[in-house]
Amino acid sequence: MTAAPSAQPTLALPRTVVSCAGLTKRFGRLDVLKAVDLAIRSGRVTAVLGPNGAGKSTLIKCILGLAHPDGGALTVNGTAVNGDPSYRSHLGYMPQQARFPENLTGREVVRLLRDLRSDTVPEDDELFESFGLVRELDKPVRTLSGGTRQKLNAAVAFMFRPAILILDEPTAGLDPIASGILKARIRSARDEGRSILLSSHVLSELDELVDDVVVLLEGRVQFEGPVRQLREATGEHRLEIARLMQGAR
Amino acid sequence: MTAAKVLRYELQDLRRSRWVFGYGLLLLALTDALLRFGGGGPRALLSLLNVVLVLVPLVSVVFGTMYLYGARDFIELLLAQPVRRIELCLGLYAGLALPLALAFVLGVGLPFVWGGHGDGSLARPLAMLLGTGVLLTLAFTAIAFLVSLLFDDRARGFGVALLLWLAATALYDAVLVFVAAAWSDYPLELPLLGLTLLNPIDLGRVLLLLQLDNAALLGYTGAVFERFFGSALGVAVSAVALLGWCAVPLVLAVRRFRRKDF
Repeated sequence: MTAAPSAQPTLALPRTVVSCAGLTKRFGRLDVLKAVDLAIRSGRVTAVLGPNGAGKSTLIKCILGLAHPDGGALTVNGTAVNGDPSYRSHLGYMPQQARFPENLTGREVVRLLRDLRSDTVPEDDELFESFGLVRELDKPVRTLSGGTRQKLNAAVAFMFRPAILILDEPTAGLDPIASGILKARIRSARDEGRSILLSSHVLSELDELVDDVVVLLEGRVQFEGPVRQLREATGEHRLEIARLMQGAR
Repeated sequence: MTAAKVLRYELQDLRRSRWVFGYGLLLLALTDALLRFGGGGPRALLSLLNVVLVLVPLVSVVFGTMYLYGARDFIELLLAQPVRRIELCLGLYAGLALPLALAFVLGVGLPFVWGGHGDGSLARPLAMLLGTGVLLTLAFTAIAFLVSLLFDDRARGFGVALLLWLAATALYDAVLVFVAAAWSDYPLELPLLGLTLLNPIDLGRVLLLLQLDNAALLGYTGAVFERFFGSALGVAVSAVALLGWCAVPLVLAVRRFRRKDF
């Protein structure tokens, strides 16, 4: 049941889907985010890049409401993030690693999430079908392979046709074929007018998928803008991007 | 409503858990064996008392922390849904505590019922035993919940949970005995009575021993304890104290859950 993208009322978005102003987050004595200013544009694929420990995950967790910022303002989809959970009905989240309750079947996990969201939108089964997950849905999650679980994880994020998709290292645990299917789905989701925010340190994904780039380094925004601009600034080579991220310290 | 939905899924998950099933089966086998070969109902109850006081808190706290650390990633996925944290938290707690309590009640209760001890003179002490076991399950599951939220490191949380169980099971008593011996010239009955109220396992032990008319096992403060715990007021006070041991860790866990960065 792949419904027409035009049937989505949630897609009437402001031009900026996520905006941060002076966002700070500390863990103990560690400043993970140091006054991050960001405006993530709607209807585009935005990649948050950065080496390990740059604050990518923390930024994503702040946007999802999993972590509470210490200071600054954060707006998602036009709503200030302040503890009211309802804005999350516009979000689809694919965590880095999928761990589901081991005695439940995929179908039961799907049903639980649908219950929790109380969505009336018809489900988006496209990824379940293209990943060949349908016949795996009645097995206990425990018996599924790591890759299959990761596919389920991705399919679940797209299932409720969210206006904003947040994908944490989406292709990390997937084989090349599944990774290709997911990338194609990300692209088609963008064409439907959704906004996609993904984190990655695999720079090669830049070329195929990403419109905008945010480079985080030690909790600060090092670069923000279209991927084209980043290429121009760094001379087209992926390695140069890596050097930009490394050399800026 | 969210709490009920989370509860339902967790019951579905734990109903198929080999651990919970094994726990119930172990209690069932143990109780049945004690009733058959242990010299009758009252003595079986007395042996079961130690099982309840040692095994129930241990399983609750160990299985509870194990389950919650294992569920951490899924809890994050649930938190990313449009749900309120407090409801998610209460649903998770109930979904964990109820299957454990149910496994306990069925495991210990069923052999009494099919052995024909379900009514008559054993009914009251059995009910006390089951009630105390359920309260201990609720209390130590809440403690497990709190510990798993306070320590992000799984190994450390596991260690703390075990240490708390050990402290409540053995160390606390050792300290009490030491205090009693060191200040044996002073009238310590009332302070000791107060200190007993501060340990859920001690509380359960005193309550059950007095119900089973074995106050002599309590040693020299037995008389004071019997006077207090044996009375209706004493039973009420200890039941409230045990409920406090369920409520206080749970309230702390909920507060922590609402503020925590996952």
